[in-house]
This record gives sequence, C-alpha cells and structure tokens, in this order.
Amino acid sequence: MDLSSFAQARHRRGLAALWLFGLGLAGTFLLAVGYGAVEIGPGQSIAILAAQTGLDLPWEFTRQQEAVLLAIRLPRAVAGVLVGGALAASGAALQGLFRNPLADPALIGVSNGAALAAVVAIVLGAGIVRLVPALPRDLLLPLAAFGGGLATTFLVYRIASRDGRTDVATMLLAGVAMNAMAGAGIGFMVFLSDDQQLRDLNYWLLGSLGGITWDRLVLVAPLMLIGILSLPFFARPLNAMLLGESEAVHLGFSVERSKRAIVVLAALATGTSVAITGVIGFVGLVVPHLVRLTAGPDHRLLLPISILFGASLVLIADLFARTLVLPAELPIGIVTACVGGPFFLWLLLRRRGPGGW
Amino acid sequence: MLRADDIQVRYGSAEVLRGPSLSVAPGEVVAVLGPNGAGKSTLLAVLAGTLRPHRGEAALDGRALADWSPRALALRRAVLPQSSELAFGFPVLEVVLLGRSPHAGATTRAADLAIAEACLAEAEVTHLAGRLYTTLSGGERQRVQLARVLAQIDFPKLDFPDAGQGGEARYLLLDEPTSSLDLAHQHATLRTARRAAERGIGVLAILHDLNLAAMYADRLVVLSRGELAAEGTPAEVLTEALVREAFDLPVHVTRHPTRGCPQISPI
Repeated sequence: MDLSSFAQARHRRGLAALWLFGLGLAGTFLLAVGYGAVEIGPGQSIAILAAQTGLDLPWEFTRQQEAVLLAIRLPRAVAGVLVGGALAASGAALQGLFRNPLADPALIGVSNGAALAAVVAIVLGAGIVRLVPALPRDLLLPLAAFGGGLATTFLVYRIASRDGRTDVATMLLAGVAMNAMAGAGIGFMVFLSDDQQLRDLNYWLLGSLGGITWDRLVLVAPLMLIGILSLPFFARPLNAMLLGESEAVHLGFSVERSKRAIVVLAALATGTSVAITGVIGFVGLVVPHLVRLTAGPDHRLLLPISILFGASLVLIADLFARTLVLPAELPIGIVTACVGGPFFLWLLLRRRGPGGW
Repeated sequence: MLRADDIQVRYGSAEVLRGPSLSVAPGEVVAVLGPNGAGKSTLLAVLAGTLRPHRGEAALDGRALADWSPRALALRRAVLPQSSELAFGFPVLEVVLLGRSPHAGATTRAADLAIAEACLAEAEVTHLAGRLYTTLSGGERQRVQLARVLAQIDFPKLDFPDAGQGGEARYLLLDEPTSSLDLAHQHATLRTARRAAERGIGVLAILHDLNLAAMYADRLVVLSRGELAAEGTPAEVLTEALVREAFDLPVHVTRHPTRGCPQISPI
C-alpha cells in the first residue's frame, strides 16, 4: 500500500467534509431565518443582511421582512449557532478527555449542574444582587451557570479518574448522582419560587431559543465564543490522550495543563449555553459521534466539524420546535431528547459489534 | 546517560522501591528482570519522568528529569506501554504518526510519513497501516505501538554508525514489549531493540522471559522486593543460586547451543 497516497486521500476527505458541513450550516442558517409566519427567501435574507452594510443586492424585500429578520429571527438563529457549536465542541472535547464516547455535557450532569446554579440565580437573584451591588443582574445568570458547570465537570472527572484512566461506569454513575442531586436542588428552588419565577424556570429547564434578544446575546456571546474557538486548539493533546494520559506525557504534552484548560473551556461553553437557552440535551453526544463516522476521530477535524454540525443541528431542532405545534412552541430540549434518547440506546446496542466505537 | 539513583517510592504505606540505582548508557540493551510486584514498572515510570520518587532522583545527561520540559524529554526518550487501548478507531498509520507529535514545527508531513513508513516496516506491521487500531489483536497492537515509539525517537534517521552518541543520545524504555507476542515476534522485537542499540540508542526493557533476556541484553538487572538483587552480564547474573533466590524457583542453567549465553530450565 502506498502510504503517502493513503494519507493524502484521508487529508482530502477531511477537507471535503469540513467544506460540506460548512455549506450545510450556511444553508440551514438561511432556512432557519427564512421559515416562519413571515416567509423570507434565502436571497432576500442575504439582501437584507447586505443592505445593513450598505450593499445593494438584486433581491427585493419588504420593511416587515427586514424587521422580523433583524429583531426576531437573526438573534434566535445566532444563539442557535452559538449554543449548538458550544455544546458540540464541549461534547467532542469531553469525550476525548474521558476517552469515552458517552461523555455528553448533559449526560454526565454538567448541564444540570449549570442549570442548578442558574436556577438558584433566578430565584435568589434579587437577594444576591442586594448583597453584591456591583454585580450586574444580567451577568449573574451566565456566571452562575458557568460556575455550576465547572464545579460539576471537575467533580465528575475526579470521581471517575484513577491512575490516569477514566472508568466509564463510574463516570456515568457519577453523572446519574450529579443529575439526581442537581434535580433535587432544582426541585427545591421550584418549591421556593413564586408564580412568575416558576413560569421562567419551567420553560427554561426544558430548553428554548425563544425570547432571545440582542441585549441578552451580546452579554454571553463573547464567553461562548471563547469556549468554541479555543477548544479546537487542544486537538493535538486530545489526540495523544486517546492513547492514555501517561502516553500523552511521554509524547511531550503538558497533560495536566491541557486537561484543566479543556475542563474550564468546556464548562464555560456549556454553562453559558445553559444560561441563555436552558438545558438542551444530547447535542454534545450525538454530534461528535456522527462526525466521527464520516470524518474519523482525529480531533483536528472532529472539533471544527462538530462545531459546524452542532450549530446546524440545533437550528434544525429549533425549526421543529417552533413549527410542530403551531401556534405554540415546543421547548427545544424535548425535540433533542426525542432524537437523542433513541440514538443513545442505538449506541449501546452497536457497542457489541467489532471495532469498538 | 539515563540514570536513577537511590530511588524510593511508596504507594500509601507499601514501599514499592527501596533505593535501587540503575543506569542506561547509549548503545546498550539493559533488561530488567524480577518477580511480579518487584517494582519494575514503577522504576520504569521513574526513569520515564512520569513518577516523582519520594527519595532519590532520576536524571538524563546529569540534569534531573523534573527540570526537563515534557517536550524536550519526549525528543530524547520514548516509552512503550505494557498495553494501550484506543477509545476511538484511529487508522494504524495515524497512531504511528502520533509518535511524531513532539517534532511538530521542526519537521514536515512528508518527512514524518517517510519515518512512519520505515518504523512500520521495522515493527513488521506495514500491512496493517490502513487498518483501524481497534480491530487489531493484542500482539498486533503491541507491534504498532513499537512502531510509534520508534518514530518518536527518529529511529530511521539514526542509520549511520555513531549517530546519537554523546549529548543527543536517545533512550527507549520498553515495558514488557513481548508480553502479547508470538515466539517469532518476541525475537523480532528484541532484534529491533538490538538494532536500536547499534544506532546509539540506550534501551531498557522489562522482560519476564529470562532466556530471551540472556540472548539479547548486554546487561541484566534483577529487582526483588523493591531492591536491586543482582546486576551484571547474563553469565554473571543467571546462576542457579541467584534465580532460585530471586524468583523462588529451582532451575538448571545450561548454555545456548549456538550463542553460548546461559539458558534457564526450571526443574
């Protein structure tokens, strides 16, 4: 076998996949901003966006279309892209870190840990702000969610790791315990909350991209972008860590430092996602797995493609969430769980076949 | 020179290493022998720089391993693990290319590929290059890992007589490199270790097969209960009294019919 042509073919396939998923995201984005009570064609969407920068394109659009796109559809779609990218990047990075394809931010309790902290912020927020007046109210929620996500990630990781190896069963069971404890805490907060808070909480615990405004997005987007754009830089240590942590050290990587950075960045990405949209499960599990099937497990491709695909998937899920039961809206977490749950079971069954994951 | 001095390691209250000292020079094959639980793998981890001893110090070229950056150390020594599983299905070629990680920035893709190709051939796994690592047998995996560590220390580039001698010598630490291999590949792996030594690489291998060690090692080191029980050439170390004492097994020592090195037969 000719090794260099084999390597080249793989390289080309990887680049093709990157382009394919990139174009896919662009198409999904245009579909997501165009579909709804007010129809906006793909060309019109592009023309509206171009018009904002002073460019005149040959597609005509109405004032109403422009207003709907800019004020409602666009922030929602941008939030979808960010959340999908953040969850998928966290999922892919955590799976590499745990050396395990079942590590999903929601499954191992990270999302719920973030959710608990955020719920505490919603219910007790007024009191906290009174205690620390310097803290802006709008930053409290993302910061709390980030802290909750970080604490849970760290705990699960410490519990499941011994001698540089992470035990699958321990990790998932630790996740079950984390979810149960966070669930109890969330339940207690629901018990404490008044009617208005309850409405906020309920909608938010099942995940929703509804009600996203530019104001809320602008606060959190930079934090999410840090997580999304930094994680791909850890592709090489993550590749080496697939051999084992000591092996990665032997290969010259500062494993402890990379591990800490990855945990913090994944918690940042997941926590801030939870802060603006609530808990959207299974994206971090399903996306990296499907990407691995098409582009292979090399993190240099896996991480960027997962970000693109995760963004597309959340946009599609949101499209279903807001059109399935018109005129009402389904929480998006229900849509992703309906698809992700069976997928998870399929993964467990497939595991019996040869070739591992 | 890669050396460890007066190494003491405890796991909880159990004292695993009680002050053995050991050195590997460029161009020699040292076999570490000893019964299970003697502390062989722990000593290897200390020499690899991944385990800090409680007392004593491991050093490369006179500089403590703790003072080396992980990457600088990775350019000078590679470690073959006892077994290595991969969570995801990487092709064998990519696994071997992972060995080139510490060279990132100082090498080209084409050079890495050429080195990977030569190392695959040396470990006799060229035919597996396109296979997924997760579909290989234990023995095949061990040979792929051997190719990976050879790629890490530039094995194919060192093919002139005294390359790697002096300040830039490389070291290869092998933890039971033959444990999953069939008879022919056990010998092939140790022949590779010998070839590495001929190219100026210092090789340290943990072995369980005393006869294999006698045939390929320049020097044997016997560990027992965390202490150095014996050290020397195969002929000096593999005596009936010493093997009975260290391994708790009565043996008869003969000579290899063609090579003349000692061979052990349990009685």
